[in-house]
Amino acid sequence: MNVFLALTFSGVALGAVYFLAASGLSLIYGLMDILNFAHGLFMTLGAYAAWDVASHLPASWGAPLLFVIALVASILGGALAAGLTEVLIIRPLYGRPIGQILVTIGLDLAVVGLLLGGFGSNSLSVPVPLWLIEATHVGGLSLPNSDFVALVAGVVVLVSLELFLRKTRYGITIRAGVENRDMVSALGINVGRAFTLVFVIGGAMAGLAGLLYAVVFSGDLISPTQGDSLLIFAFIVVVIGGLGSIRGSAVAALLVGLVQDYTNFYLGSHPGMAEIGNLSVVLLLALVLEWRPRGLFGSTL
Amino acid sequence: MTNALEVSDLHVTIAGSHVLQGVSIEVPVGGVTALLGRNGVGKTTTLRALLGLVASTGAISVLGTDVRGWSTHRIVRLGVGYVPEDRDVFAGLTVAENLRLAEQVDEPRYDDVYAIFPELRERTRQRAGTLSGGQQQMVSIARALLNGWPLLLVDEPSKGLAPRLVSELADALERVATLATVLLVEQNLAVVRRLAQRIVVLDHGEVVHTGDARELHDPDLAKRFLGVTGVR
Repeated sequence: MNVFLALTFSGVALGAVYFLAASGLSLIYGLMDILNFAHGLFMTLGAYAAWDVASHLPASWGAPLLFVIALVASILGGALAAGLTEVLIIRPLYGRPIGQILVTIGLDLAVVGLLLGGFGSNSLSVPVPLWLIEATHVGGLSLPNSDFVALVAGVVVLVSLELFLRKTRYGITIRAGVENRDMVSALGINVGRAFTLVFVIGGAMAGLAGLLYAVVFSGDLISPTQGDSLLIFAFIVVVIGGLGSIRGSAVAALLVGLVQDYTNFYLGSHPGMAEIGNLSVVLLLALVLEWRPRGLFGSTL
Repeated sequence: MTNALEVSDLHVTIAGSHVLQGVSIEVPVGGVTALLGRNGVGKTTTLRALLGLVASTGAISVLGTDVRGWSTHRIVRLGVGYVPEDRDVFAGLTVAENLRLAEQVDEPRYDDVYAIFPELRERTRQRAGTLSGGQQQMVSIARALLNGWPLLLVDEPSKGLAPRLVSELADALERVATLATVLLVEQNLAVVRRLAQRIVVLDHGEVVHTGDARELHDPDLAKRFLGVTGVR
């Protein structure tokens, strides 16, 4: 039982990271019809921004403060990368969604190549405070502190995003635009601004996801291609949840995180079954699409 | 400015099909001008082209301003309210959110809106997707009215409504027409005869007739251009 509870906890933490990675992707597709293949790049750049800032500041500032700065840097790095991408690369191709999709793939390949050239293919280590590697003991369970960080980040982002989308005029504009972009402009609203905003918000969450993924699941190591592998799961989460739905992304991210975690533990240790966790996620995707072709919370395609 | 809207030699091609072939329309300030024609002659496309929602060539002057090449939101902000075909309310948003999104002026005219559609006041927290067709039409017209704008483009407001609701709708539109110049696309001739002063008839992407709305009492005209009979 304890093993199951611990697994559930780490599955939820994994789900929180998937949610951060996927929700921006879902909003961008919902509003702009762009399958943003550069989203993995935003995750990677967020993680590199965090590493760059944290490893160049004086260690005397103390690991906890440096880690907080690294978190902020990952958010800003992802947001900046995404904002520039929208303004400089996506916008000139407005009205040509296929061109926009292709250019995001090209951008991802090019910048990942630059990162490999600049930083090498070896993983870099993000400095983290000691307590992040430790575990907290709760009723006989030993739960990694890094999982708590991911969980808190996921919940804080989900709540703030929901509040933003429900309560602010920009948020309402984005929800309306996901339904019917033309009608939003026909009410006199500059939808282009909402496009940039959605990219910036999505990029911020992706950047945070990039850093947290490294901290929670890959021993504080970052590499130029980590975003691309995370992007595959983010896409699966978006499709399961329903394109354009934030709640859908949240529920789907939890499902995917839990299924992957359970399967990895219970089946992954058998010979030749190392990839069974990834396979289970794809099977989950197939099952959900068979049952609900538009995803759990999707209303339109 | 004597005309709220001037369009000349408007051409639109959609997916290889030449939908509008040199449409010219003048809509004078005040009253209701009805844009008529059979299904598929390009009435909706004309409205969408005026708003920059589909690409077009030709001259378009909205409220005295040449808007060729303008983006939709800039044209709308000149003072144009749009009630699209099929209403296009945002189903996932509440009535209040639909209206809030439409606010473009410092003092939106909620009083005008609620005077014409008192029912909406009680439904502000309801999701627009759960409203009846008639109620959704109220939201759609309310969004266009809210800013007190001088020109309204209204596309087939009676479409899909029960006959009883159509007459209520016509009452509401009659009051709307006292607040703004209206270009109305409408298939229901009873509604047109009640509201419109002028008619413009489209056929095969061209204007084939412009005249006084009283001509609609002439069965020949109605039959020739609109393919309807039995006009009393």
